[in-house]
Amino acid sequence: MAVSEKQRELAAYATAAFVLLVLMPMVLDAFWLTLVGKYLAFAFVAVGLVLSWGYCGILSLGQGIFFGIGGYAMAMFLKLEASAPDLPDFMVWSSVEKLPVWWHPFSSFAFTVAAILLVPIVVAFPFAYAIFKKRVSGVYFAIVTIALALTLTVLIVGQQGETGGANGITDFKTLLGWDIISDAGKNAAYFVEVGLLIVVMAISGLLLHTRFGKLLIAVRDREDRVRFSGYNTAMIKAFIFTLAAVFSSIGGALFTVQAGLITPSVAGAVASVEMVIYAAVGGRLSVVGAVFGALLVGFMKSYLSEQFPESWLFFLGGLFIFVVMVMPNGLAGVPDQIRHGRVRFGLRHERR
Amino acid sequence: MKPGGQVNFDIQVMQLFNGLSLFTILLLMALGLAIVFGLMGVINMAHGEVMAMGAYVTYLTARLFERHAPSLMSIYLFVAIALAFTVTFAFGYLLERGFVRWFYNRPLDTLLATWGLSLILQQSYRSIFGAQEVSVPLTTWLSGAWEPTAGIQLPVNRIFIIGLTLLVATGVYLILYKTRWGLRARAVTQNRAMSSAVGINTNKVDALTFALGSGLAGIAGSVFTMLGSTNPGTGQLYIVDTFIVVVFGGVASLFGTVASSFLIAQSQTTLEYLMSGSMARVAILLMVITVLYFRPNGLFASKVRT
Repeated sequence: MAVSEKQRELAAYATAAFVLLVLMPMVLDAFWLTLVGKYLAFAFVAVGLVLSWGYCGILSLGQGIFFGIGGYAMAMFLKLEASAPDLPDFMVWSSVEKLPVWWHPFSSFAFTVAAILLVPIVVAFPFAYAIFKKRVSGVYFAIVTIALALTLTVLIVGQQGETGGANGITDFKTLLGWDIISDAGKNAAYFVEVGLLIVVMAISGLLLHTRFGKLLIAVRDREDRVRFSGYNTAMIKAFIFTLAAVFSSIGGALFTVQAGLITPSVAGAVASVEMVIYAAVGGRLSVVGAVFGALLVGFMKSYLSEQFPESWLFFLGGLFIFVVMVMPNGLAGVPDQIRHGRVRFGLRHERR
Repeated sequence: MKPGGQVNFDIQVMQLFNGLSLFTILLLMALGLAIVFGLMGVINMAHGEVMAMGAYVTYLTARLFERHAPSLMSIYLFVAIALAFTVTFAFGYLLERGFVRWFYNRPLDTLLATWGLSLILQQSYRSIFGAQEVSVPLTTWLSGAWEPTAGIQLPVNRIFIIGLTLLVATGVYLILYKTRWGLRARAVTQNRAMSSAVGINTNKVDALTFALGSGLAGIAGSVFTMLGSTNPGTGQLYIVDTFIVVVFGGVASLFGTVASSFLIAQSQTTLEYLMSGSMARVAILLMVITVLYFRPNGLFASKVRT
């Protein structure tokens, strides 16, 4: 009996949920579970990239910006809670005398959550809409976004006293009075994260099955025709880019909780390009694939940089080249490639 | 004139000189990319690593001269620049033939694949030369400063770079606009199919153009050893800035690259005088993005439709 596309897809989502919710917590100890939690934070970015890059053809090399926004918002909240009523330690070290004004609202958890969700929208949407309206696309967009990611890192590092500089913000204790250092706390954080990830995956999966999802593909393959049909393609692209930005921001916030720190380097230009490889390895056209891509690359990174520190960059570099040349649709595309009996060099429709 | 007017004048002259010096540095960096990215449309994220390759070749040459011909140390730099150009030119040629050409028409994939290549090159440098910085001895005639009047000091190595950049830029101009080969290269840029139809071997032109761009990066890397030390991550520092210069000026416009290097350099030195270095950099990047918003194809976009 032939399995329909839809059934296969549902099975993939179910497998992902099973692995993340049941299998991982059963077989892994607390140390490993935290590591997996850290990799999964990047899965949020990867899912966003599947939507914006895989389906809509917008390659952003600046997802670290939004990852950083979420990460820093969460870090500021946690830091204020950990150091209250005193000033955060790094401010004391840089002899900042009182809390900068823009830090004040982050003592409220509600505000922090709102910031994690809304700041990326306020930043990403007007920027993206303006840029897409001007029909800046493809490689130029990629370069503009990587320049922005660089700008953000320079800004954070330059304002040491207010942002923690190159060392970032670390040394958290509790989240709303709830210990996040203990194993039990980390365990709970893991389940919250997986829960959110499943919600994000479900939103993405459902979105791709709507008319809007088809429109995304059309914009990727023949943007001018969609525009001639009367659609505002800039709006479509800006929307999907903003959604990806929000996903990244959520991922960043969870990364801060899981890793116990945030530094400019995870939000910078290099990290932003690395995030693209998570989506590319898993499959730029597969939401589930992107999640496993993030897990796999994250795991390889920890393993290789510990066991063979020399080899990690060789491996990562080779991975970029290999994925692009041999499996353009990532791991999730391999069954298709085998079914069609060939290994194709290159993606079918990538234009310009 | 207020008291201190002379000091002010000296500062202004030095400020102007700093701007001019940064301009030539940016231009030297950007020329290679202006050819590879601007003319050919290839996104080579490993361009910075090619620059680093030029720097390492220079380092090796310096070590070789130190050991075997210490009496000739004063001219090693010229040998090193020539060698750096040759090595990176050859590397660029092989890179185009064996790697980059498989990605034509897939710019986003080129970006990712060459990024992968840049990581591999970085790690190779680290394995071969070590993670720490290496630097070359500065030749005596290049160290020190020229003092036209008391109070004004212009470093000789920067003056040398200004001269060399002018030489290289003129050379590139002559090659592209006054030779048969340059004519072919420009023809392929404008219309690949037609060029091929009139009998131009576009594959060969591609390979040589890419090699020339890489060779220029090698020269830039070689020259930069006079300004600072080299480490495996050096290339990554330069690459984004270089792309910004080229995109800002307008792709496929060498004049645009020159103008954009000049504008960015002057704004940067002026702003650095007024605020901290990092804020100046942020201001520049935001300025570039704003200008790109109003002129998406850069300041001096070519009018050719593609």
